[in-house]
Amino acid sequence: MAKVMMKGNEALAEAAVRAGCRLYCGYPITPQTEIMEYLSARLPEVGGHFIQSESEVAGISMILGGACTGYRVMTGSSGTGFSLKQEGISWMAADELPGVIVNVCRYGSGLGLISPGQDAYIQATKGGGHGSYHAIVYGPSTIQEMVDLTGLAFDKADEYRNPVIMLSDGALGQMMEPVEFPDFQEVHPNKDWTITGKGKGRGHKITTAIYTDPKYDQHVREKYARIAAEEQRWESLCTEDAAIVLVAYGTSGRVCRQAVQMARKKGMKLGLIRPVTLWPFPVKAFEQPVHTAKAFVTVEMSALGQMVEDVRLTVNGRKPVFLYSSGMAPPREAVILQMAEDILDGRMKEVL
Amino acid sequence: MTKMMKTSRLYSAPDAPTGICPGCGYGIIKHILANVMEELQIDDRAIGVLGIGCSGFVSRNFDIDWLQAQHGRAPASATGIKRLLPDKVVFTFQGDGDLAAIGTAEIIHAAARNEKMTVLFVNNGIYGMTGGQMAPTTLENQVTVTSPFGRDPNTAGMPIKITEMISVLPIAYAARGAIFNPKEIRITEGYVKKAFEKQLNGEGFSMVEILSPCPTNWHMTPVSSMERIENEVVSYYPLGEMVTGKEGV
Amino acid sequence: MCEIIVAGFGGQGVLAAGIILANAGMKADLNTTWLPAYGGEQRGGTANCSVKLSKDEVGSPFVEDPDVLLAFNQPSFDKFEKAVRPGGFVFVNSSLITRETVRSDVNVIRIDATQMAAELGNARAANSIMLGALIGRLSLVPADKAEEALNEYFAQKSEKAAELNRRAFKLGMDHTAAEEADINGTRIVP
Repeated sequence: MAKVMMKGNEALAEAAVRAGCRLYCGYPITPQTEIMEYLSARLPEVGGHFIQSESEVAGISMILGGACTGYRVMTGSSGTGFSLKQEGISWMAADELPGVIVNVCRYGSGLGLISPGQDAYIQATKGGGHGSYHAIVYGPSTIQEMVDLTGLAFDKADEYRNPVIMLSDGALGQMMEPVEFPDFQEVHPNKDWTITGKGKGRGHKITTAIYTDPKYDQHVREKYARIAAEEQRWESLCTEDAAIVLVAYGTSGRVCRQAVQMARKKGMKLGLIRPVTLWPFPVKAFEQPVHTAKAFVTVEMSALGQMVEDVRLTVNGRKPVFLYSSGMAPPREAVILQMAEDILDGRMKEVL
Repeated sequence: MTKMMKTSRLYSAPDAPTGICPGCGYGIIKHILANVMEELQIDDRAIGVLGIGCSGFVSRNFDIDWLQAQHGRAPASATGIKRLLPDKVVFTFQGDGDLAAIGTAEIIHAAARNEKMTVLFVNNGIYGMTGGQMAPTTLENQVTVTSPFGRDPNTAGMPIKITEMISVLPIAYAARGAIFNPKEIRITEGYVKKAFEKQLNGEGFSMVEILSPCPTNWHMTPVSSMERIENEVVSYYPLGEMVTGKEGV
Repeated sequence: MCEIIVAGFGGQGVLAAGIILANAGMKADLNTTWLPAYGGEQRGGTANCSVKLSKDEVGSPFVEDPDVLLAFNQPSFDKFEKAVRPGGFVFVNSSLITRETVRSDVNVIRIDATQMAAELGNARAANSIMLGALIGRLSLVPADKAEEALNEYFAQKSEKAAELNRRAFKLGMDHTAAEEADINGTRIVP
């Protein structure tokens, strides 16, 4: 298929349809809204269903019900709306139901700003709702990557019977970029855990968390340990000889890619670890650079720094970790380069 | 009553504990549900979505597929199921805390969309599982553990009439029944049957509210609990059909 | 890399002009991004978008100091004029922007776009005139690719709209003398 220029939100929506998504339930919130607008017209074309839910809570609850049938389901939101989805995400994790939840992240707490932000990192990667669970979280940097990861998100949701979060942001959602779509996936809703009516000759099923099973704790530990071991994805750029390794995902990740290229042209040894899975955090990416680099710099669009906590945990005191939290503005290549110089010259103190 | 007392083939382990208290209305309501399902032969394609609270106990040993929903969200989850599986019989089973308080938005909007699903709404005027707190359906001056001086309409408002509220929407069926004597049980069973038939006919949203006793939290005997419904509750929550769709009342 | 800001008020087709430009870039095998400034206001507010065209990968989609500004109205001119890089280009819709630039280090091209479009039949085609002027002056993308992108965009609406905008585009092209600009370099320098 030829490349087309498409908005990130619409591209994600089309990718979901091609991955077999047949139910989207959502509530209008900027900058997510194009996803629901697109799917309100697109899903009926493929025999799917779009429901404009009365609330964010109802939206996630609808897809929770839909997930029980074995069909692929999705909802999406942003900021305060994503907070409201946490009840349902926790339940989906507990019930081991697959589904994809998109967060087109805006900036800030409370009402926040509709401008792009990256401060739902902790909420997305550490569980977000009550209990001990994780959603698998993808943080694409380009619209093409968003499209590719959306297909993967549905596959992994099914494979692990677990919610998967696509952590987009206002810039990726609103911008246009050339993109190429994969073919349509044939997806069969028939799975051995679905509830579709007991039919003839099989016992009934109840979809609920299996806390009555004494092996529940062990089951959960093993499940998430397996995902953590097998599902780490990242991109390493020029990390082999890098003195300073940037760590950034999403929109910040693409800014940092450019910063690395600019630095290399100037002869500055800058590298980048760009996490693609935010949970599981790609600790494997640090195995070599933690020995060879002089320092790490986390670059993110948040006020306080969020992913930097995972970077510190991973680096675990072996090298200094710095933070460039650009807040409500996008990070700037020039600032990154200046910071790298200052660190190498010993002018910048690590702030913990 | 003989019909009520027979063991349904839908009870996979009839001798196992039910989870409900002696004198609770759920036993009778579960029988009503089993009878209707057998009669309409819909148990093999039925999917029940459970509210949180004592209503969750209904699925025990009851041989159909179930989803345990979040508190109040059963109509939303049932919506998701029914849209993807329109040939299945989808219903929710919810108590009054679940449906009339925390799940008010979900029930109103499922009805507003006229989802082709059935709602069984058990109203015992109290939060049973958590120990007898005031519910939105608790009657005026009724003493509960969170209205120790009786429900005061000045601060707590009057009991909410969700079924009446929903009846103004273009839905297929709404009725309120009770189970305080064999006659009312038979009438209520008729309502439940009709509600499922509305779904089977694709007419839209159907709901039956059932006034039910909670002797444990009312601190009454099972018999006096039934008498209270007949003498006090029914006067605030009148029985009968409110919406009958195409047929007319 | 060439960084462009297109700005005006809602309804002037500034977002569309940016989309067409980015699409033309894609057709010319360039890497390109288009990013709108989005807000709560629906109608009558200000609108602008950022476009990047590059033979190299595009990192940040944000434009802070553009090489090129297409200013469709006075508030946009006031807001972005000072951000343009020295040596950059400012295309001014002189129908709605009356004052002169305060900059002496940028190239200013004045086009009576809204008036010309009105004479052509619809003032809303001012965006195609501005685009034509841009391509005529700077050749950021081959004119045929720009025309193809423009035609595709308006053909979705109606053939009549496409025809009008094709004419508007040509009018803009003819208005500015063609001058080669190199987008391989980091910046457009005249």
